[in-house]
Amino acid sequence: MGPIQAPSLSLAALAPLLLVFGAAAIGVLVEAFAPRAVRHPVQVALALVGTVGAFLATLLLAVDGTEEVTAAGALAVDGAGLFLQATIAGLGALSVLLFAERGLDPARSSFVAAAAVPAGSPRDRELLTSERVQTEVYPLAVFAVGGMMLFVTANDLLVMFIALEVLSLPLYLISGLARRRRLLSQEAAVKYFLLGAFASAFFLYGLALVYGATGTIRLSGIRESVTTEGTGTLLVLGLGLLVVGLLFKASVAPFHTWTPDVYQGAPTPVTAFMAACTKVAAFGAILRLLYVAFGTADWTWRPIVYGIAIVSMLVGAVLGLTQTDVKRMLAYSSIAHAGFLLTGVIGLGGGTGSGLAATLFYLLAYGLTTLGAFAVVTLVRDGDGEATHLSQWAGLATRSPLTAGIMAFLLLALAGIPLTSGFTGKFAVFRAAIEVGAWPLAVIALVASAVAAFFYLRLIVLMYFSDPAVDGATVGVPGLPTTIVLAVTVAATLVLGVVPGSVLDLADRAATLVG
Amino acid sequence: MSDFPWLLTMIAVPAVGGAVVAALPRGRDAQAKVVALAVSLVVLVLAVLATVAFDVGGERFQLATSVSWIPAFGVDFALGVDGIALVMLLLIGVLVPVVVVASWRDTGPGGRPMKAYFAWLLVLEAMMVGVFVATDVFLFYVFFEAMLVPMYFIIGSFGGPRRQYAAVKFFLYSLLGGLVMLASVIGLYVVSNSQLGEGTFAFDALRQLEIDPGVQKLLFLGFFIAFAIKAPLVPFHTWLPDSGAEAPIGGGVLLVGVLDKVGTFGFIRYCLPLFPDAARDFAPYVLVLAVLGIGYAALLAMGQSDLKRLVTYTSIAHFGFIALGVFAFTTEGGTGAVLYMVNHGISTGLLFLVVGMLIARGGSRQIGDYGGVATKAPLLAGVLLVAGLASLALPGTNSFVSEFLVLIGSFPTWPVATVLATVGIVLAALYVLLMVQRTMHGPARGLVLEKPGAFRDLGRRELVVVAPLIALVIGLGVYPQPLLALIDPAVAATMVDVGSDPAGTEPVTAEPTSEQGAD
Repeated sequence: MGPIQAPSLSLAALAPLLLVFGAAAIGVLVEAFAPRAVRHPVQVALALVGTVGAFLATLLLAVDGTEEVTAAGALAVDGAGLFLQATIAGLGALSVLLFAERGLDPARSSFVAAAAVPAGSPRDRELLTSERVQTEVYPLAVFAVGGMMLFVTANDLLVMFIALEVLSLPLYLISGLARRRRLLSQEAAVKYFLLGAFASAFFLYGLALVYGATGTIRLSGIRESVTTEGTGTLLVLGLGLLVVGLLFKASVAPFHTWTPDVYQGAPTPVTAFMAACTKVAAFGAILRLLYVAFGTADWTWRPIVYGIAIVSMLVGAVLGLTQTDVKRMLAYSSIAHAGFLLTGVIGLGGGTGSGLAATLFYLLAYGLTTLGAFAVVTLVRDGDGEATHLSQWAGLATRSPLTAGIMAFLLLALAGIPLTSGFTGKFAVFRAAIEVGAWPLAVIALVASAVAAFFYLRLIVLMYFSDPAVDGATVGVPGLPTTIVLAVTVAATLVLGVVPGSVLDLADRAATLVG
Repeated sequence: MSDFPWLLTMIAVPAVGGAVVAALPRGRDAQAKVVALAVSLVVLVLAVLATVAFDVGGERFQLATSVSWIPAFGVDFALGVDGIALVMLLLIGVLVPVVVVASWRDTGPGGRPMKAYFAWLLVLEAMMVGVFVATDVFLFYVFFEAMLVPMYFIIGSFGGPRRQYAAVKFFLYSLLGGLVMLASVIGLYVVSNSQLGEGTFAFDALRQLEIDPGVQKLLFLGFFIAFAIKAPLVPFHTWLPDSGAEAPIGGGVLLVGVLDKVGTFGFIRYCLPLFPDAARDFAPYVLVLAVLGIGYAALLAMGQSDLKRLVTYTSIAHFGFIALGVFAFTTEGGTGAVLYMVNHGISTGLLFLVVGMLIARGGSRQIGDYGGVATKAPLLAGVLLVAGLASLALPGTNSFVSEFLVLIGSFPTWPVATVLATVGIVLAALYVLLMVQRTMHGPARGLVLEKPGAFRDLGRRELVVVAPLIALVIGLGVYPQPLLALIDPAVAATMVDVGSDPAGTEPVTAEPTSEQGAD
């Protein structure tokens, strides 16, 4: 699967998107026509071809130095866009590997066999132990990946909205497909859907207001209008609503209330996918919107983002302390990290700061680490599926030193301890913020990091320093897919912490947005 | 010979050694000990050889290695030592093998394999070396924080009954301080970026910056808080008694012996030269904390019923002296403070080890459980007395020289504080001698009667542990000149950075003092 031989240059720029959406569309056909027995391997292969192919295609485009506005101005394929697309495609491919794991659950999959069967019904109990495997998740997830990749290159608000829906709708669905604890999973899906629809409405309303104020939905057009005609109430209000819609997706407090419930209820591979990819996509869109459309009038968004960053860091760090479920804890960690990412957004400083490169690097580093952490969560199990209650992790290090070691390392990375990617990322965004004079924000962020470190440490304490619980969790032996994910994420977390130079340079060179 | 990357090797050898020990298969604790001892002895040899290669009259930072590490941040992997760092390396080199031998017979709580303990010990040694030899502020910060991880696991996995609480408290206190320092580190970078046109973390470039007074104060505070927690100064000290008491003896020795010195080392290496004006402005407040700490910790030490907590409180009192010496802004004071750091590592390390041997016999940390140990184990009692006397700075022991230097160095600048601090010496005599008297002398009682067989005298291994430290206590008490010759030029250079110290450029005045020390 090389790059598609395209008659025009713009098709080349679209190649990553075409690959992903093509794979997803074929996946739907496979679902309809292929016999059940071959569906799973075919779907996995197709999803991997789509995501890995898109990853390679973005790399090729990046090597070419592609930087153009294409598809009649609707898409901006630029350095930052390609970096984000590559990150999403790569993380997406790793997530697909987690989806494809068949060695851990006795029923060979973490997804429900037939989602439409009511939970708890006799048929459902029958299916619980059946080895029938749900394969619709693969095209759905690949559609979501495509939507995310479109989202980060959308150069006009309407395309951005469509991309938002394309990425959201499959996510709503696959959140509800957990094989075990189905009611929790369905509740999560409904909650995510309702709140997500609400956020979409905010976005759409904001879009309408911005259009009303500027007469255009093109980001560059808005920038022009802002520069020549200034900003009126209507525009600022519209911007506010757009930002709310995006912050919801990025699970930034105070728009985070769905995050813990959905992260807990969704099947863990899906949670990993959301935590890693959705975060990247949402922040990609936030960066593009604020930088391209409103970069010349940063006073309109700086105070809001400044405040929200503080709220998100504090809410994530403080509420994370009280959690007793690993997945919920990681959800609050994700909220806190969203706050740290916003410090990087503040570091944009109207386009002169190093905030863009810093945020890109942070997204990559965080995505990989959090994906790895959720992958470890899928390993720790009891007779009832995954053992996510903290007390069940007690003494894990004596049962499985390797698993505990990997988790401890990833947690230290999330806490931002030096020699891990988490530290490099934090350093980059805090430096960007301090450079533009936002040092009070950076100091608050540092204090929040220390608070958040407490709950990461608590898990390490449980795993290492507590005696194993009698009925504690066991550690499943991962199959090849999960092993690959763990190897890649741990290696990346270490490499980006010890020798981050080349990737930082890459992010630095990629840090251009055209509009 | 001076081209050999001594410092890099000193970091790499224990780091690789730690990895090797960690990679040993389960149940190979015996091999783990041997590897750990061999590696730590190699580091000691390297430290000695590095000292030989070091030219006392030469440049400030020697044996330097520097390669670009993260160009995007302007970070270099830059190593180098001055006399101050070098003596700390020697201290690390001596203490780690001693700790390994002292922990030879330890067993982990709940039968945990000790392999991990020795692995972490070696990793910790690599980090400790790194933190003293880094000449790039970013690199220093990396080691400063990364150092927490091995100590966290040492306390948490192998410590006493409340080890989980102590480990987390230790980690969070240090991390919080470190993160505040990180803000200042980035701030320094931003200042350097605006003044030099290119951001840098290189210590030599940073100390030539002219920082605006207001900014300087903020940046100083960031560093100061981190180091004050690390040192620790009262009122940032509450983590140390918990960590020290719960840590296994070996870990505790390194914690109070070396890790805490990073705080005082930071004062003299970073706070003073980088922010001289702010350091002068804040010095009176620091002095208040230092003097308060000397008195307060001494009183608390007297009130302790737990042997290990008592030792940690004596340390906190001593750190007050070190801070006094550093912020005296005189070469004598500074030299005394650095020498104090080394001597404190030796004497408190010895005290901690002997106390550990006592606890290993009785199985209790309570002073009240012991009495008349000297009747059963006269050698143990004797060593405890020597350690105690060294700790209270009796003339003839190593600590006396440094305490005296600190006091004469700070008297010209801070007479009142110095006089008040002197009271601390009297208190030190009280808490040390009371502890020795209660546990060692009088008729046998408590555990000594209940477990008569347990209180054997020091065995051969234990003598091997204490002998080098006792030799150093006496040796450095009588003849500290070699160390002073290393420390003095570096401190003098620091005082030049701080400026306005007339004594800074003059030659060492320590020789007569050392003779007084021998009296």
